[in-house]
This record gives sequence, structure tokens and C-alpha cells, in this order.
Amino acid sequence: MATEPLLSRSAMPAEILIRQAHVLDPRCGLDAPLDVLIRGGLIAELGAPGATRPPSGAAVIEAAGKHLFPAFSDPHVHLRTPGQEYKETIATGTDAAAAGGFCQLIAMPNTVPTVDQVSVLEALRARARQQASVPTGFLAAITVGLRGEELTEMAALRDAGALGFTDDGRPVVGAGMLRKALQYQRLAGGVVALHEEDPSLSADGVMHEGAVSARLGVAGIPSISESTMIDRDAAIARYEDARVHFQHLSAAASVQALSFWRSAGARVSGEVTPHHLTLTDEELLGLDANFKMNPPLRSEADRKALIDALRSGVIECIATDHAPHAHHEKEMPFEQAPMGTTGLETAFAALYTELVRPGLLTLPVLIERLTAGGSLYGLNLPRVAVGEQANVVLVDLARDWRVGERGYRSRSENCCFHGRRLAGVVELTVAAGSVAFAAPGVRTTTLEEV
Amino acid sequence: MTGHLLSIEDLDRAGIERVLDRARSFAEVAGREIKKVPALKGRTVVNLFYEASTRTSSSFELAAKRLSADVVSVRSVGSSVEKGESLKDTVQTLSAYDPAAIVIRAPFAGAAQQVAGWTDACVINAGDGKHEHPTQALLDVFTLRQRLGSLDGLEIWIVGDVLHSRVARSNILAFRRMGASVTVCGPPTLIPRQIEALGCAQRTTLDRLGEADVVYVLRMQHERMREAYVPSLREYAQRYQINLERLREGQLLMHPGPVNRGVECSGAAIDCAASLIGEQVKSGVAVRMAVLYELLVGAPALQAVA
Repeated sequence: MATEPLLSRSAMPAEILIRQAHVLDPRCGLDAPLDVLIRGGLIAELGAPGATRPPSGAAVIEAAGKHLFPAFSDPHVHLRTPGQEYKETIATGTDAAAAGGFCQLIAMPNTVPTVDQVSVLEALRARARQQASVPTGFLAAITVGLRGEELTEMAALRDAGALGFTDDGRPVVGAGMLRKALQYQRLAGGVVALHEEDPSLSADGVMHEGAVSARLGVAGIPSISESTMIDRDAAIARYEDARVHFQHLSAAASVQALSFWRSAGARVSGEVTPHHLTLTDEELLGLDANFKMNPPLRSEADRKALIDALRSGVIECIATDHAPHAHHEKEMPFEQAPMGTTGLETAFAALYTELVRPGLLTLPVLIERLTAGGSLYGLNLPRVAVGEQANVVLVDLARDWRVGERGYRSRSENCCFHGRRLAGVVELTVAAGSVAFAAPGVRTTTLEEV
Repeated sequence: MTGHLLSIEDLDRAGIERVLDRARSFAEVAGREIKKVPALKGRTVVNLFYEASTRTSSSFELAAKRLSADVVSVRSVGSSVEKGESLKDTVQTLSAYDPAAIVIRAPFAGAAQQVAGWTDACVINAGDGKHEHPTQALLDVFTLRQRLGSLDGLEIWIVGDVLHSRVARSNILAFRRMGASVTVCGPPTLIPRQIEALGCAQRTTLDRLGEADVVYVLRMQHERMREAYVPSLREYAQRYQINLERLREGQLLMHPGPVNRGVECSGAAIDCAASLIGEQVKSGVAVRMAVLYELLVGAPALQAVA
């Protein structure tokens, strides 16, 4: 029996008429003000703006001047469950995702214990079915305990619902081990996603190796630590005709490697985070651990190459790599603090503010890249089309906000955009047909229901 | 209203000169029979050292005592910070004594800056990881000024393990700010990529060492062999050791100590007339007195720094 790929808690199907929002879904050819009627959790009508009458029982949201997009898909989050619920739970992590406009999440298996056996995966999926406000799927580990020594029971894990495999947080160091995983993929199926880093090159590095690390006297992680592994692993993937996804690309050389191997016929894809697209290692000059992540923020030239690759489609999708850590952990001295930034609540606004507004990326391309992540793992693309399950996000692009001014829905506050003014406020997220998030003042039920 | 000394960049040239002029008057105190002045009477200075240190900790202690401060020295080498007790807890505990200043040495970049955020005391960075050691830079500039009057137009070579040296980073910045040109020289494995962003030149051989007015030698630590930065101390010494054959007439030799005799410097070079190494140690107390005085008694040079 096929298992459902994404899990969430049961919720009332939405009954909402969103009037006169500017609907933008480039895949569906929509770029105009429309009325969007959601009934029973499905998109029931797309009508001329202002012409649709609300059926009885439907809430009405007057949205003239606001934008409605297909909701976003994040193929890379850390929900810290099981084992590190003090950083994040499925409930708080998915609430953060809902507030950021996401309707699909894929959680990483580097939890405590690791998601490397069926019992752990099943328990996790059961918890998601109780707690997740946004449909969430799970990757399983490639190797037991992420140690790079033995393969997990990949076929059994797939049967139990694993969307794919990754040792994220760590690379698969041995080329021979990766090759076996990719051979075994022919039996098990599922995308193999790779965190690329050569530990003999990254060593004890804690930030990008460059002028800033030279100034700070902090050990650097050279960009070749990532790009040489992409070269190696793409070559193995092509040899085995395997399907490989490269996670959180950070360097210009990595983009070149991805592009090269794809044109050489390798079945490879890539993702990039909002922080690597908007920030550089210059942010590290103050040694603020909120800017410490792995892979590290790199140079402006790297950032530009990532933007170019995202624009051209060499990189297919955006992934937040949402990585919550407790305040006391991030308060350690910089070199000791853990790596990672939260990202779910700021992804759209950061990218809209830093890439779209300055003209580096168009809004339609941003929406395509923010919605594509799950499809790389075989999930349905969120689409604004009649008859589809409603997966939409309503955003006010004209309003701005200061990150963190009202706290976070995530259990952790280690956000690299903390304190920044960003444009673009998410007002409503409908995920899998149900309201997952409504900003204060946005009424999503009718008076009779209240 | 307190300022801190966290980075040598906290001081512009005028600020450095003010501290060093003050240090000169304290150096005179050191020549008296009674070496104490009452400037910090009744105030407390905490020395918080998370790393082994002889020179820096003893000279800070002596500096504070000569200013008549009450001194508390806390050493936790191999310490609780690594075991998970947070630096913040320790600093907040010590802050309960209401210290006027906290002098901190820690193996982590940015530690002093973090401490400054957690206490009302003035914070003095006595070395944070491989990042900075601003009082070392001040005492080195002081030593050179005492000998030469000015650093303007000097060509200073910093030789050795620049990668792991907080002294190198603070000194490159301080020497340049005082008008000198700086060249770093060492094995390519021990020169940080893009170090030239700090405004220095870089070389991998001593071929043009003759151009230097001052040769500033860094300590070569034995563990660098294990980490394959250099194949052997012998090869390192052959290529980079400063000895009397390599020093030319008129060049001055400096080293932040402690020296590995026969490795980065020959014994004869350390003891030769061109060596300022002893002067550097002597300068340490006067310069640290001046830093404490400027921060705590109040001259605008350092107080402007937030």
C-alpha cells in the first residue's frame, strides 16, 4: 500500500472567497487581479475581480492591492524532532512555515536519534499527523547514524514513507559508500540529497575562507570544500545514472560544477537558501553567531553566481535550511556556537526585498523557485487552478516589517535577518485546503461559525 | 560611561599616541624605588584568563597593582567554558564584584566583544582566539617609538606563522596606522588567504629581508608539524629562521615571546644588540598601566569608543 508522502493534522477545509487579489502563478499563466473562491478546500472558481458572489458559509477577504501566489514548498528544514524539541517541535516548526507562506515541508533526518530506521520514521510520521499545521514529509538517512559506514534499509524506509535520503549536516565522505547508495537507489527509489563538504578541506573552519576570515583569524571553509565534492559525486551519479540533489549550494564553483555535470547528462539538481542569496561573509565581521551557518555565507562573487544560477534555472529551487538553535547555544563564543539560521518566517520577504526590489530577480521567477522544491522529490506542485487543492499564500508587498519585532513562531530566534526591515507581509496561508495561518485581523471564518 | 579596548581598530593614530604618551610617564614610575601610583585606589580589576599566559597575565596584574587597584585573577585553563558552563555566566558572576575593568584572554575570537555586552565594566581584550591582541600591538609600537621616535616610513616584516597569530593581525593594523609598511612572510601554508586585505604585502621567502627596518618574528608552535603545515622544524628553520647571518646591520629584531630558541630565532639573534625582545617585555607593564588609566580614569582617546 502506498503511503501518503506528506502528513498534517486534520483541519477544516477552507471556505473562503479572496477578492481582487493580484493572482500570480507563472506556471498557470496567471498574472492579473482575480477573485479566488476556495470551497471545501479546493479552488472552486477563478473569476473576474469583484464579480464573484460569496456563497453562504464562505468568509470573504477583500484583497485588492495584495498578491496571491501558489504557496511555497521547502525541501529542506530541520524540525529537530525527535530529540531536540527544545530547539523546535513539529508544531512550532510548521507554524513558522505557515507564517512564512509554505504549504509543503521536507524535514531532514539528522535528529536524535537519526531517522535511519523504520520505527523512528513511523513514530515521526505519527507525530506529524497529530501536530503539523503544514503538510510535512521526511527524508531518511543514507547511512546509519550518518556515520558513512553502513547503508540504512533504504527500501524499507521508502515503503514506510521516506521521500528520499540524505545525511544532511554531513557529507557522505567515502566515494565507495556513496556509489553503493546510488546503486541501491535503483531498488529503493527516492532522490539522494547531498550535503557537500570535504571534511579534509573544511577541517575546523567555521566561516568562509577569504578576506574576512583572514582579518578575524577565524579558520575558514574554502569554497572548494563544497565544489570538489559536487564534482566527485555528480561524476558518480552519472556513472550510475542515479538521481542526486545537491543541497544548500553556496559557491560559484559549485554552480559551475552543477551546470557542467547537468550538461554532461548527469541527473542532478540543486537548491539554494535565502541567506546565501542575500548575505555575504562581510556580515561576519561582528562575529555574530546568527550569521554562522554551514555552508557559510560566502563572497559577493559567490552570491552573484548563485543569483544568476537561480535566475537561469541551473538551480531549480529555494530551500530555507531552517536550522533552529536555542538562545544559550548561539550565545557561545562564535567559534563554538552551532551552525545554522532559522529561515521559514523570512524566506519570501528577504528574497523579495533583496532580490526582486533591486531588480536582480523577477517576481514570477522567485515564485517558481519558491514553489519547486517538493516537486524534485515527487510532490505535487502547488498551483492556482480550478479543481486543485488550495495551496495559496496571500501577501501584502506594500507593507514592511522588522524581523523579530513580534517574536517568532519558531521555538528558536536565531534568525540571520533579525532586526532587518523587510518588505512583504504574509497575511494568509492555505495549505492542503485548510487555513494554516492567518495574520491578526484577517478573518477566515464567517460570523455564523464564530 | 565606559569604553573598551577590544580591537586595535578601536584606536585611531591619535588615540594610540595618547595611550603611548601616557605609557611613557608610567615607564618613569617604573624607574622609581616606589613604583606605585594611587590612580585606581579602591577600584577592582578582574583578570580572566582562559588560556595559559605568563607575560600578558603577569604584566596586567602588575600594571593594575601599580595603579593601586584591587586585583582578582581568575584562571581557568582547559576550562569550564569548554565543558559547557557559559562564558556569560562566569562574567555575570564576576560582575557582581562591580569591577572597574575586566581583562580577558580566551581561545575564541570575539570573546572580549561578547563579554563587553554582558558587563558594565570596561573590557580589555588580552587576546581572543587568533583574532586580536591589541595591548601587544600597543606595547610593540611603544617599544619601537622608544627606540626610533616614530614608525613613519618604516618597513616592518612579520615572519612566521601568521595564520595562527592574533599578534600578527593586531600588529599589521597598528603598524600601518602608525605610518609603517608591513610585509608578512612565511610558508604559504601559514599565510592566510587574502591577508593582503589587511593592507600588507606578502612573501614566501626571506630573499628580500634586507629591505626590512624591523624584523618581527612570530612563535612557531610544535603542533604545526603534526598538522602538516610544515614538514619539519628543520626545514622551517632552514627557510625562515632569523639568525645573525640573515639579519643585516641596522635591523631591529622583535618577538612577542615566548621564543623557541633555535627554531624561529637563533639564540645568538635573540641576545644580540639589535634585539628589542627584552624591551618589549619591559614595555608591557607601562603600556597596560596606560590602557587601564585611559579607560578608567578617563581621557577621551579610549572613551570615545563604544
